[in-house]
Amino acid sequence: MQDIMFYMFAALTIASAGVMVFSRSVIYSAVGLLFTFFGVAGIYVLLAADFVAVAQVMIYVGGILVLLLFGVMLSQRVTGVNMRTETLQTVPAAIVAVGVLFILFRVISKTEWLVKAKTTFEPTTAKLGTLLMTDYLIPFEIVSVLLLGALIGAAFIARKG
Amino acid sequence: MPVLSANHAVINALSILPTFSETLTNVLFMVLGAVIITGLAALLALVSVYLERKVSAHMQDRLGPMEVNTEIPILKNIGHGWAQTLADAFKLLLKEDIVPAAADKKLHLLAPFIVFAATLAAFAVLPFGRNLIPSDLNVGVFYLIAISSFVVVGIILAGWASNNKWSLLGAMRSAAQIVSFEIPASVSVLVVIMAVGSLNLGEIVEFQEGGIHRWLIWRFFPFNLLAFFIFFVASLAELNRAPFDLPEAESEIIAGFHTEYSGMKFAMFFLAEYANMFLVGVIISTLFLGGWSSPFGSFLNSAPFQVFWVFVKSFAIIFVHMWLRWTLPRVRVDQLMYTSWKVLTPFAFVSMLGVGLWMILIQ
Repeated sequence: MQDIMFYMFAALTIASAGVMVFSRSVIYSAVGLLFTFFGVAGIYVLLAADFVAVAQVMIYVGGILVLLLFGVMLSQRVTGVNMRTETLQTVPAAIVAVGVLFILFRVISKTEWLVKAKTTFEPTTAKLGTLLMTDYLIPFEIVSVLLLGALIGAAFIARKG
Repeated sequence: MPVLSANHAVINALSILPTFSETLTNVLFMVLGAVIITGLAALLALVSVYLERKVSAHMQDRLGPMEVNTEIPILKNIGHGWAQTLADAFKLLLKEDIVPAAADKKLHLLAPFIVFAATLAAFAVLPFGRNLIPSDLNVGVFYLIAISSFVVVGIILAGWASNNKWSLLGAMRSAAQIVSFEIPASVSVLVVIMAVGSLNLGEIVEFQEGGIHRWLIWRFFPFNLLAFFIFFVASLAELNRAPFDLPEAESEIIAGFHTEYSGMKFAMFFLAEYANMFLVGVIISTLFLGGWSSPFGSFLNSAPFQVFWVFVKSFAIIFVHMWLRWTLPRVRVDQLMYTSWKVLTPFAFVSMLGVGLWMILIQ
């Protein structure tokens, strides 16, 4: 059962990621991204990471994707900028792509992957909260200061323009 | 020996069967559950649409639908145009589906499905009774907040794909509104989560069992009451309902993001909107008004009554939504943003801080 679900979500993720990368229209890419996020959330659920799955949907779909669509709508239909992705600088792009592929391949083959024998479904929220407030308190606080800085910066730029 | 190994093969084959049939039954149960939820959502939407028309009519001193009826003996005597929404629903299903020539056809088709599917997905965690939670998630409340973000994406796509100025304006207003009001709504939900110490919707209700005085709306007075009001106002805005119905303001932008939709696709938006109203009713009653638990303690608290209480409380909330819609004028865009960012959000934080300090200092 879980295997079938995994392959369904994996297929959805890869197919929609393909749509996202190969589509010429930015808005189609955004729709592809929507299904990619959904598929990844499904895989998180199958890994018994319920909180992470829901947080993934909340932050990426509710925040980042909506912002992206907003940006595209404002620039294309209102000010008339044609937002289509094009292929530019083929040779440098190919070199960089091959380099990244090589690095990724090395990393994937060298890493000792943790293969979980059996996933037990139990609540993770309380554990995550405890860890964030004890062992990972400083990274957590640094991230919140960073986000606050980004927020103030965005408000500043918006006021100026 | 060959006989034995053949037997082994048969036994091995048979031992796979139970897991396979188990998978099949699981899938069947899931499909059945999904069908029941879809039917329930559609039925509730029909009832809510009828209620809206009747409530608005009586508030404006008219009768509303009175004519549509059947010849079936018992149902005939109900009268009051009870079959009107049923007839409207059939009409919508049979209407021609018009897609504008300049529209983005694929996205135009996809958008209503995203909105509808997200609404139904939210129904999966609603607690209708102690043993009547379709999917009892540990992160139930968080799931509800997260899944509603799919609705925003659907609305934006609908507005963009229609290739129409009104649609686009409506979609942008809607998205800006939902995103802004999500913050006070989420913070006031956080107040409840802090008080209960769980994200599980069932546990939130169990925390409030034992009568009306144990409902979360009265706890940490007045901080939870404040959170209730904030969540209520924010939910009105997230539903795009008056006085925050700017995304569909018919006097300015025709019908907003669904201007270019007709027939079945329009019906899906319409159904999702009213199903969302019921959804918000259940969420408010679960978080603040005791959910399935009876207001009289253990009196009238058996399983059938639990479903009854959920429906009574939710429809009471829906009635107040309708009441406000037909009595208040529409706010302006700047007033809307002012309400969200300068009134509701700070007060939501006050409420959260108040409950937090109360829990540390007094308890």
